[in-house]
Amino acid sequence: MKRFWILLLAVALLLSACDAPALTAARPAEAPTSAPTIIPTIAPAAPPEPQMLTVYAAASLTNAFEELGKAFEAANPGVTVEFNFAGSQTLRTQIEQGAQTDVFASANAKEMDTLVTGKFIPADSAKIFLTNQLLVIMPADNPAGLTALADLAKPGLKVVLAAKEVPVGNYALQVLNKLDAAQGTGFKDKVLANVVSYENDVKQVVAKVQLGEADAGIVYSSDAVAAPELQTIDVPAENNIVAQYPLAALTNSRNPELAQAFIAYVLSAEGQSVLQKWGFLPVK
Amino acid sequence: MCFPQKGNPFYKNGAFCLSNKVMRLRLSSTHPMVKTNGRFAWLFVVPGLFLVILLGLPLLALFLRAASGEFFTYALSDTALAALKLSLITSLISVMITVLSGTPLAYILARWNFPGRAALELLIYLPVVLPPSVAGLALLIAFGRQGVFGGWLASFGLSLPFTTTAVILAQTFVSAPLYILSARIGFAGVDPQLEEAAHVEGASQWQLFSKVMIPLSGRALITGVILAWTRALGEFGATILFAGNLEGKTQTMPLAIYLGFERNLNVAIVLSVVLVLVSLVMLGIMRKLDESQPE
Repeated sequence: MKRFWILLLAVALLLSACDAPALTAARPAEAPTSAPTIIPTIAPAAPPEPQMLTVYAAASLTNAFEELGKAFEAANPGVTVEFNFAGSQTLRTQIEQGAQTDVFASANAKEMDTLVTGKFIPADSAKIFLTNQLLVIMPADNPAGLTALADLAKPGLKVVLAAKEVPVGNYALQVLNKLDAAQGTGFKDKVLANVVSYENDVKQVVAKVQLGEADAGIVYSSDAVAAPELQTIDVPAENNIVAQYPLAALTNSRNPELAQAFIAYVLSAEGQSVLQKWGFLPVK
Repeated sequence: MCFPQKGNPFYKNGAFCLSNKVMRLRLSSTHPMVKTNGRFAWLFVVPGLFLVILLGLPLLALFLRAASGEFFTYALSDTALAALKLSLITSLISVMITVLSGTPLAYILARWNFPGRAALELLIYLPVVLPPSVAGLALLIAFGRQGVFGGWLASFGLSLPFTTTAVILAQTFVSAPLYILSARIGFAGVDPQLEEAAHVEGASQWQLFSKVMIPLSGRALITGVILAWTRALGEFGATILFAGNLEGKTQTMPLAIYLGFERNLNVAIVLSVVLVLVSLVMLGIMRKLDESQPE
């Protein structure tokens, strides 16, 4: 018996050293319905050779890219697409620290530019493939009874944002700055005083609001499409931002042709229609 | 501390001395060693080297990167100091709660027989092997605003998520079992005959506990405190889910390291080094305690 407890203690010591990273609590699985799309194949090779494509994509792209990936696999037998979704800043750091990947899709230009400067991505190869906007989300039952943007400044509200290093967190600060000018009376400071947590990617913000733990969060319009049960307040176009998402193949991609084929597919009419189905806006 | 008692194997010079019956966790090897036998030594050294390298190199790299003139600039940055302060305060409060509630619990588990004991043990030790993220999710589902008991808490005007209290609860959830485990082993190692002897001498239950059990299991209790405290200090998964991340309020050192490595790798490295040093000191203390143990 004693031995068992000592063993358990040893296991505990081990576990304490290897904490798992945070979970994203909930992710809605249901997709907006749409007709199946037809995808061009890269080559009509008879016996499909197993090929692996790794795509690092911004967390906000989770649902849309998972669907794109399945369609791309279906159109290219033998190809397996593997995704790593996280905040663009996390992905950028991982690539800088030597992560092997083929394609990087960022939610802002900053992370992409940093990788271009570091020669991880060839200069001038990144292409903007979609745009996105921000809105305010509330839990399905809207416990704080928010009806207008001005309500975000109500004292005692629990607001969750992404950290300023996360693209959506930075965009949210830009929007708050614009609203501050429009709403006046220290609007931005009042909203920031209501912030109870700065999350590491946009899906964690969505999760905290979905769980009803936060009264409001500022996320992408596309996130509200992926979580249709949430209530939303739109940000007027003049106060909103246009988030441009760039996409590029990595310099050291192990399968540059497949990487280019995937990028071409994302930019194709079919790829764009999937993205728009998930609430993203086309490049203007 | 000695009691007169005859007919006991530990009876020496007319007194029964207690110190040699304390159960303990061995960190240092005081077992007899043999001389290495040349020919097949490599069969042990070569495979073993893999883990030594795996465990050693990352820590070495941390220290190499941290060893610059800027160390204190980063260590004294606002983010680092806020995280350091918050971590210290929350983990110490968590350990205090653990000791106050866990010591009696460990005693009950070591000495009392009652129906449901096995189930209680399982419940208490489960967090030891549970992934911290599961612990965080469970805490959120239980005590979150929309959680199972959230409405009940709200009726007292309490809302736990995103508060420093949530940090302390998350730390206690994952670290208390370590203390209870160690304390239980300590209590169980005290010879029951001693308790009987003390009882015969007219000691009350409380005197027995405070004058016999606690001093005799002192080392096990201190080991438990160290284990629980370092575990609380390193808590990450449960905290980020249940308490969120806000500098000065819920951003403890592990969160600052995880969330900070994209923003400022240097602050993350410096905080990591601080945590490694604290862990080293704690392990050192545990080893010393073990060595000072009379055979």
